[in-house]
Amino acid sequence: MPPEPPSGEITPEALYQRRRDFLKNAALFAGTATAVGAGLVRLIGGGRSSPAAVTPEPIGSSAVPFPAGSGASAAPAIVRPSRYDTDEAKTSFEDCTHYNNYYELGLSKSDPAEYGQLIRPRPWTVKITGEVKKEQTLDLDTILSWFPLEERIYRMRCVEAWSMVIPWLGFPLGDLIKRVEPTSRAKYVAFTTLNDPGQLPGQKRKVLDWPYVEGLRIDEATHPLAMLAVGLYGKSLLGQNGAPIRLVVPWKYGFKGIKSIVEIRLTAEQPKATWNESAPTEYGFFANVNPKVDHPRWSQASERRIGELRRRPTLPFNGYAAEVASLYTGMDLEESF
Amino acid sequence: MKLPAAPAATPLLFPKGPLPWLWPGVFLGGLVPLISLAVGVVRGTLGANVVAEGLNRLGLLALIFLVASLSCTPLQTLTGKAWPIKIRKMLGNYAFFYAALHLTTYAWLDQGLDFKAIFSDIVKRPFILVGFTAFVLLVPLAVTSTAKMLKRMGFVWWKRLHRLAYVAGTLGVIHFFLRVKKDTTEPLIYGGLLGILFAIRIAAWVVKRQKKAGGRPA
Repeated sequence: MPPEPPSGEITPEALYQRRRDFLKNAALFAGTATAVGAGLVRLIGGGRSSPAAVTPEPIGSSAVPFPAGSGASAAPAIVRPSRYDTDEAKTSFEDCTHYNNYYELGLSKSDPAEYGQLIRPRPWTVKITGEVKKEQTLDLDTILSWFPLEERIYRMRCVEAWSMVIPWLGFPLGDLIKRVEPTSRAKYVAFTTLNDPGQLPGQKRKVLDWPYVEGLRIDEATHPLAMLAVGLYGKSLLGQNGAPIRLVVPWKYGFKGIKSIVEIRLTAEQPKATWNESAPTEYGFFANVNPKVDHPRWSQASERRIGELRRRPTLPFNGYAAEVASLYTGMDLEESF
Repeated sequence: MKLPAAPAATPLLFPKGPLPWLWPGVFLGGLVPLISLAVGVVRGTLGANVVAEGLNRLGLLALIFLVASLSCTPLQTLTGKAWPIKIRKMLGNYAFFYAALHLTTYAWLDQGLDFKAIFSDIVKRPFILVGFTAFVLLVPLAVTSTAKMLKRMGFVWWKRLHRLAYVAGTLGVIHFFLRVKKDTTEPLIYGGLLGILFAIRIAAWVVKRQKKAGGRPA
């Protein structure tokens, strides 16, 4: 039996009890604080870690042969600068590729970056249908072999009142339309996104009527500003930006820029457009950027440029009025918003 | 030999009474999302649109705390336990605190204190009007949240006034619902929770009335 400790070292019972209570209370306090804190952070979406940055294949690399016509690994000649370039500061590559609306890849701004690699950019075909001389299915690399790639630094204004400046890589949509020879009945151009919940898991939920469709009047589509983009920052488009080919119409709200296009149809009648169908009072068919026509639920008079704190005024036609305003002469832009 | 008496039974740090850890634990937990938000701002992990992200998170926190504070009384009714009432006031004040931060972020960071734009927003946009009204309703509740004010007002009137919390919660849910572009799941969840809490209160009220009526069938 060990010797009894001297009585002076024996902890008084009351004190012992007090310390035990304290430890118990401290543990319960810490546990409660942790559980409540962690629960709240999770509920407000702060627990999500941002997806790891993916480095896209450079244009012309062997993994994404792009375009095939340009030879085994040689990067294609890229025409730059474009006469339509803005000299405003470009939005960072990180922000361009991690703050996206692509509901087919998820509803949050960070979802598209997380699921973007599900899209298989090759092999990829685009069907050309409707009012054309000959309906055909074109391999994307064939299309890319037809046109030199141009870099164009455009403003991009989202209908949610934020904006970016993006160096796109692509070619004028009008060049492709001319090449497929529209008939005289062709008045509109309709676009369709890939319909494949395997690559676009957001399509499993009927948030919108899939597949996403968009449309332009043919004079809008053949305007030199309208382009089909296949890259951004000199690299192939990532899934979240609409790989492998998407529409860019910089004077319209971003949702007109349909992504991952599999069909381009020339039509005589105005085609359907997904957001317009979903909420016609909120999203018009034309969707031209217009600071005077508010979204019914928020103002379109100003916008936040991604990376900036202060809002800046929104410009008519997103600053491209000099180029495109004449397309809409005689039209009531408040009526046809 | 006489043992030295332990200094009177005042527990270390924690207040007397049952569950002394509950209030401080929830209080500290309630600050965690604010700290995580501040850390996110400093470390730049809130994504590209920091103002919008902060605005969303603060608004959601206000709604969560409002629903949580409204759940205390029904929870006590259901469980018979007193502890939910001990944290009810704190939860309500947290709701006001986060709503105030949400509104400040909107007015200051989002709108740059452009009061003309803010005023026209409030007048022209139902969703902002609804959210603003919810905040205004929370102000008298926060002001009268002290024991002193309860005494001054008298319990009956105090209780009547504080029923406004339900109106504010409902408006908060509507504000949230009107804001989302397409995915209404989350606002509907909060709306559903409010509905359940309200149903429990009505059921409790009916039961109480029947008891008062002496158990006679109504």
